[in-house]
Amino acid sequence: MSIYTLKLNTVEDLKELRQSFQESTTGYRHTIYVCGGAGCNSSNSDAIVQALKKAITLRGLSQEVRLVVTGCVGLCAQGPCMIVDPEGVFYGNLTPEKIKMIVDKHLIGGNVIPEYCYQDTVTGEYIPYTKDLPFFSTQVKIALRNVGRIDYSSIEDYIGHDGYFALAKVLNEYGRERTIQEITDSGLRGRGGAGFPTGTKWKSGFDQPEGQKYIICNADEGDPGAFMDRSILEGDPHSIVEALLIGGYCIGANKGYVYVRAEYPLAVERLTEAIQQARDTGLLGEHILGSDFNFDIEIRIGAGAFVCGEETALINSIEGHRGEPRQKPPFPFQSGLWGCPTTINNVETLANVPAIINMGAEKYASYGVGRSKGTKVFALAGDLVNSGIIEIPMGIPLRDIIFKIGGGMKDGKAFKAVQTGGPSGGCLTQEHLDVSVDYESLTQAGAIMGSGGLIAMDENTCLVDTARYFVDFVKDESCGHCVPCRDGTTRMLELLEKITSGQGEMEDLDNLEILARTISQTAMCALGQTSPNPVLTTLKYFKDEYIAHVRDKKCPAHVCTALFTYTIDSDKCRGCTLCARNCPVDAISGEKGQPHVIDASACIKCGTCKQNCRFDAIVLN
Amino acid sequence: MSNETNCAIGCAESEQALLDRVRQLLSSYKGQQGALIQALHTVQGVYGYLPLEVQRIVAEELDIPIAEVSGVTTFYSFFSDQPRGKHTIRICLGTACYVRGGVSIMDALQKQLGITVGNTTKDGMFTFEVARCIGACGLAPAMVIDTTIYPQVKPDDLAGIIDSWYKKDEEEGV
Repeated sequence: MSIYTLKLNTVEDLKELRQSFQESTTGYRHTIYVCGGAGCNSSNSDAIVQALKKAITLRGLSQEVRLVVTGCVGLCAQGPCMIVDPEGVFYGNLTPEKIKMIVDKHLIGGNVIPEYCYQDTVTGEYIPYTKDLPFFSTQVKIALRNVGRIDYSSIEDYIGHDGYFALAKVLNEYGRERTIQEITDSGLRGRGGAGFPTGTKWKSGFDQPEGQKYIICNADEGDPGAFMDRSILEGDPHSIVEALLIGGYCIGANKGYVYVRAEYPLAVERLTEAIQQARDTGLLGEHILGSDFNFDIEIRIGAGAFVCGEETALINSIEGHRGEPRQKPPFPFQSGLWGCPTTINNVETLANVPAIINMGAEKYASYGVGRSKGTKVFALAGDLVNSGIIEIPMGIPLRDIIFKIGGGMKDGKAFKAVQTGGPSGGCLTQEHLDVSVDYESLTQAGAIMGSGGLIAMDENTCLVDTARYFVDFVKDESCGHCVPCRDGTTRMLELLEKITSGQGEMEDLDNLEILARTISQTAMCALGQTSPNPVLTTLKYFKDEYIAHVRDKKCPAHVCTALFTYTIDSDKCRGCTLCARNCPVDAISGEKGQPHVIDASACIKCGTCKQNCRFDAIVLN
Repeated sequence: MSNETNCAIGCAESEQALLDRVRQLLSSYKGQQGALIQALHTVQGVYGYLPLEVQRIVAEELDIPIAEVSGVTTFYSFFSDQPRGKHTIRICLGTACYVRGGVSIMDALQKQLGITVGNTTKDGMFTFEVARCIGACGLAPAMVIDTTIYPQVKPDDLAGIIDSWYKKDEEEGV
């Protein structure tokens, strides 16, 4: 099945391939990068690629236009999208019809079509160039350096962008200890959430007695609202292969595993292909690049258990067992997979490694602030204008992420809260918008950096309900191993449901807090220990909202259905019957031309009537 | 993951032939360290679900206690010991989808399919589940049918989407 007769045995072979790739890409008038990330894929980017191919052939442009299908370009909200170089024009919300116009007017005629570009929601202005778009211009791409810029399926493209040269440098020049020192000096910390210094972790692995050791890439990205690792695996799978090779070499492992969640079939497919290409060309196998180093990688697919993101649970799962965490110590670096010393790094952490070796630790450490060096990838989601994947130098204010890059809140609504770190994280408020985005500052503010999920919520969000949502999540995902997590999260959920259904009493708030603190102090693994965070931060910053639910029996955001009713303002209602016709449970009655009435006992509070009413006659009480 | 289609329902292969195929596929995992989860993925891909008798075959072939096979099967949400529909619909209720109205999609789909979450339609066409984030947060609210992601779903889109799967299966003669 190998299509590669080419073997890359020395760094000279790599250089030769890089040069021939780079030569093959020169001489084109335009390069088009079409996003083939999971997001754009599902908005049918395939049709865009086909339309482009057809138009390029039809117009005889094959010698002038180079088409690259890449990983996630980042601006998922505008998908399907593409970037046209050399101008750097961003076209979003593409359709095959638009492609025809772009080929004719832009590629042939040389005129950019602004109406197909990004439109500022506030000014209404079209912004064609990526350099003028705050979404792109505020970012610094290191971990995502190739994502959206190379053909994810091509090892040549990866090598053409200096891929595997970091590996060559490590094998031929640096050796194990200097490489570890370089990673230590760069200040790189675990991007999966815990922020443990990667250099220290690798040194601990290196220090273990020689013998069977393993390195694992944790790609069990389970936090709801997080899709950073997915975009790296799908957009630049070779960077993970290369980083595992470097890490494996440093600690003395000859085998690496990538544990990917079953929810990411596309990532599995692309990574499998990358591993096969690396094997075919000799970059995985024996005597890699002429050295004594042997290494291979195996993919293990999860089966839908959030707790498997916890490293010891992950190890159990690779071994084929239930994904229950193990007691620490011994730590995995001492005794991990099948009792052997095992080093576990997250996808984003690893994606940084080849870049650090290539650019030097000093350059990498020049980004960031304090003990948080370098960049961090975030997945922006929620009620933002620009949802998608971004990478920012650490230390910029939260405000910049939400309003500059994220473009502010959708539909002109007011910002209410931002949630970072998934179910282990916390909710921050308006007051925290100037907090610096780094490990220490976010922790101090009561949230965490986490793995990078960042969800912005507008004024229509109920924070009590959001806390209930997260507790419901961890309750479901608790592995059941220890009592504080298994029973504690269930009791927390009961209290929160009591509050959101209008049955809450003031003492429930105190009990909730006591329970939350007890769980964080007594649960066995990080999943349990951090599970009360969403409750604790909302209790701290949105206490008024809790009190409104408990004392006034009101949900100020009108989310908790037990705490509000819909009625029709008879002065405003014209009797147009639109609401009655659309009501899914036939709870609205009235004669045509006469004010209608909602039967409160039948109403399910879905809000369809309010959305449909053209006279603003539906009132929330 | 196996690319085999779900053959448990509506497939011409006889029960015995299916079980033989399961045994045959398992032989490649024999003696492999920690292969149970990967083996179960493959078996479920072929048999459609993992009833006790199939779990027993897995235990025999991989030479591990049935208790362990059962323990793993019931621990992970991807494995099911109940028959499943030909296709699996997962409504995403990850945070982003939740905030952007995933619950209303779930409610509407329950009505559309006439079943509640966790169940399979009477005609064996769809199993309806809730996903805890499929990583398509930029496209919230999202849902997945098998591996096809539907972005920014609105309740009104559902009927059309469901119909398209019936049509697709009809065309492919499945």
